[in-house]
Amino acid sequence: MQLNLLNLGLIPFEEALGFQKELHLRAREGNISQSLILCRHMPVITLGRSADKKNILASEEELNKMMIKVIRTERGGDATYHGPGQEIIYPILNLNNFKKDIRWFLRGLEEVIIRSLSVYGLQGKRFSGFTGVWINQRKIASIGIAIKNWTTFHGVSLNLLSSDLTNYKLIRPCGMDISMTSLEDELGRIIDFKEIEENLVNKFSGVFNN
Amino acid sequence: MVKVVLPELGEGIEKATLSYWFFKVGDKVSAKDDLVELTTDKATFNLPSPCSGILSEIFFHEGDSVNIAETLATIEEE
Repeated sequence: MQLNLLNLGLIPFEEALGFQKELHLRAREGNISQSLILCRHMPVITLGRSADKKNILASEEELNKMMIKVIRTERGGDATYHGPGQEIIYPILNLNNFKKDIRWFLRGLEEVIIRSLSVYGLQGKRFSGFTGVWINQRKIASIGIAIKNWTTFHGVSLNLLSSDLTNYKLIRPCGMDISMTSLEDELGRIIDFKEIEENLVNKFSGVFNN
Repeated sequence: MVKVVLPELGEGIEKATLSYWFFKVGDKVSAKDDLVELTTDKATFNLPSPCSGILSEIFFHEGDSVNIAETLATIEEE
C-alpha cells in the first residue's frame, strides 16, 4: 500500500487541520487509504475533548500578548502546546485496511517515536496508562488522536528544540504535573528537521508496513 | 426500534467515556450521521447513526463510562 506524504513545513494549526480533514474524507471514501502529514506549528495551545480549561495556567491577557491562540479540538486528551520546535505527524489511516483496534494504533504511534529516537541512541519508553513516549520520566512525545468511521486524524508531536519547552509552563500538559524534554536536551545538540522527518517517515513505514 | 450499541474497540478495551452527543432526544437523525463521540486513552471516536429516524432515548450522558456491548441509545426508525 502506498503512503501519500505531505510535508507542510511551518503552518498554523487550523490550516493543517483543513488539510487533515480533506485527506480524512478521501480516506473514508476509500480513495487514498493512508496519508502522513508532517508539519510544525506556530505557537498554539490546543484543548482535547476531555480538556479542563483550568489546565491553562496563563491568563488570557498573557496569551494575547504572546499571540498564542487557544483552540478546542475533537481529539482525545487534555491541554497541549505546539510550537515551531516540535515536529508533528498526522497519520490519516483508514483502519478498516489495517486493524480496527484503537490501542494497536496508539501503541504503533509510540513505536514510531521509540524507533526514531533509537537512531540517536536514546531509549524512549512507554508508561502503562499514560499514552506518549518518555525518556527517564520526562515526556518527549505527546499523542492525541481522533477516529471517525475508523479513519484516524490528529496525531503525535515530538519535542525537538529546548527553546520551545518553556512555553509548556503556560499549561498543565495533559492535565498532569509532568516534566517535558526535547531531543536537543537529551543529545546536547540540534538535529536538523529534515533528518528527523526522514527518520519519522522511515519508521512510520516500518511500523505500519507500507 | 434500533439500538445503538458500543462496539468492540480493540484488544483490552472494556469501556469508554461518553464525550459528546451530536443530537438530543427528539431530534431527527439520518443514517451515517455522527451520533455520539466517546473517548478512550488519548483517542476520541465516533459512532454513526445505524439508521434514519428519531433519537427516542439516550441511556448515558457526557462524562459517563460505558461498557462494550452496552446500549447507548435507541432510534425510532422512520
